[in-house]
Amino acid sequence: MNQVKEAKKPLQAERNADKPESQVKAMWEALKTNKAAIAGMYLILILTVVAVVVWASELMGMRILPYDPNDSDLSQSFVAPNSQHWFGTDQLGRDIFSRVLDGTKISLFVGIAAVAISMTIGVVFGSIAGYRGGKTDTIIMRFMDMMLAIPSILLAIAFMAALGKGIDKAIIAIGLVSIPEYARIIRGSILSAKENDYVQAARVIGNNDYSIIFKHILPNVVSSIVVRATLGVSSAILDTAALGFLGLGVQPPYAEWGDMLGRARGFIFSAPYTLVFPGVAITITVLAFNLFGDGLRDALDPKSRLR
Amino acid sequence: MQMIKYMIKRILMLIPVLIGVSIIVFLIMRVFSPDPAPIVLGEHATQQSMQEWRLANGLNDPIWLQYVNYIKDAMTGNLGTSYYTKAPVTQEIFSRFPATIELAIAAIIFASLLGIFLGVVSAVKKNSIFDNGGRILALIGVSMPIFWLGILLIILFSGTLHWLPSTGRLNPLYQPTQITGFYLIDSLLTGNMNALVDALRHLVLPALALGMYSMAIITRMTRSSMLESMSQDYIRTARAKGITNRRVIRKHALRNALIPIVTVIGLQFGSLLGGAVLTETVFSWPGIGAYTVNCILKSDFPVVQGVVLLVAVVYVLVNLAVDIIYAFLDPRIKYAKKEG
Repeated sequence: MNQVKEAKKPLQAERNADKPESQVKAMWEALKTNKAAIAGMYLILILTVVAVVVWASELMGMRILPYDPNDSDLSQSFVAPNSQHWFGTDQLGRDIFSRVLDGTKISLFVGIAAVAISMTIGVVFGSIAGYRGGKTDTIIMRFMDMMLAIPSILLAIAFMAALGKGIDKAIIAIGLVSIPEYARIIRGSILSAKENDYVQAARVIGNNDYSIIFKHILPNVVSSIVVRATLGVSSAILDTAALGFLGLGVQPPYAEWGDMLGRARGFIFSAPYTLVFPGVAITITVLAFNLFGDGLRDALDPKSRLR
Repeated sequence: MQMIKYMIKRILMLIPVLIGVSIIVFLIMRVFSPDPAPIVLGEHATQQSMQEWRLANGLNDPIWLQYVNYIKDAMTGNLGTSYYTKAPVTQEIFSRFPATIELAIAAIIFASLLGIFLGVVSAVKKNSIFDNGGRILALIGVSMPIFWLGILLIILFSGTLHWLPSTGRLNPLYQPTQITGFYLIDSLLTGNMNALVDALRHLVLPALALGMYSMAIITRMTRSSMLESMSQDYIRTARAKGITNRRVIRKHALRNALIPIVTVIGLQFGSLLGGAVLTETVFSWPGIGAYTVNCILKSDFPVVQGVVLLVAVVYVLVNLAVDIIYAFLDPRIKYAKKEG
């Protein structure tokens, strides 16, 4: 076995499998060569800058966007795209370009916050299930399987109906429905990590379960969590838009892309441009996270590059 | 025989899944949701009428008793009645279910045919313009919201080109005699060709919108699975034996690549039922998806519970069907042996 390893000249990532910092470094080395992933990364950076600038200017009372995204002027409703209103105006005469830019902060915020919730809870349950095994494992994982048997959008809608509408509730609902995915990944990683020598050694020298999970196992499965979370942000953004489209998600006055599409639906034939740009924004944002997430996964597992 | 034993075992596993799913829905809709009485009866309802309504629907009983009663009734096939229409839930569901299944089947057929075709072309012509085109299409397919794609299709094919209808399932003028509830089948059985053509025209856009995401996933899986199987030794052997390239790809590479592709198709079919919620809303498709959203919003608990249970049954059965198809694709897989 040793001979084979030597002959293969192990990858940087393999050599440093037990050092999380080196794992990240090796991942970055592999990521750098993937043009699509780098494009995705730059797109995410641009979107983040837009979101932060819009948000900060709002806090400071400065106007950076060409128009106030929530300022309605019925005399200006349904103006087709022109030099003043690049993306046109909606049914209330609001500038769609300003609303699309403003919507960046909501989508990114909801997407990332929802993933933070599902990741945290999923990691806790997945770790307990994987580490404890036995009955605890069966109970937790069967519950997760049952959640997976309900279409996530229906589950999210049901949570919204129970919790009420609003940005915070949308985050919770979207966060809760994705818990099983994280729990499964973490459980799998823990099951394989738990058999490693360093974990056995940590146990022998008297570490308790908590410290073994958090200090020894989790740092080594962090890269698979990061990959899942990046791709998770893209599905969370899609879910946010879907809830918004159905009129259940983020409520006015916030400009949310899905909500904008849902409200403009009645004007599909008379003012189709009101329905084009928010959708482009959702697609570009989701695409960015997908490109970057796919790149991260390939960097972590070169075998998956075929996909 | 062993296969039948295995199937029975798997179908029995439905019971704990259904109990679990029903508990989750029950918890969300009965325990954590607001009181349905003012929603169902309207804001002008008196305290007394609300009280009477709760009593009539068993909502004054302790929560655990409500659940036990629900399960008892469900075991006899009684899923309750809708709070609004007063019609049995089973009737409410089954009058709409064929529309959703017809849409989902059309979508998965489109997704599988195009997905496998694009995936195979991508793999065979790796790094060519076809490969890059296929991969970009797949990437956009997974990144585009279903409902927005539906809107774009309506704008293009209904609003601009006037080729296809934008909403509904059939022009009422052509309504075929109801036999199965599946318009395509019913119109074929009754020989009503006008209905068949009209139903197909209505089906095209929603099926495209619903199937696009799955098409993208199937394309990716086919490409990677084909690349892997084409790098195997038996492909080189087959080529060395002088078999034509087309035959090597079809009979040797694709056949061996099919197992993961079938899994993905099965999983996608399950997820299409969720996607149908959005597609049906966009295209005013009279199926179970859009109806369920309405029922959730109107707190029509019995209907929601019924729909979710039905979806869970379909989900589990589709997974079972996938496992059975495996055995046909790969004779090495023997479930009964593995179980025993």
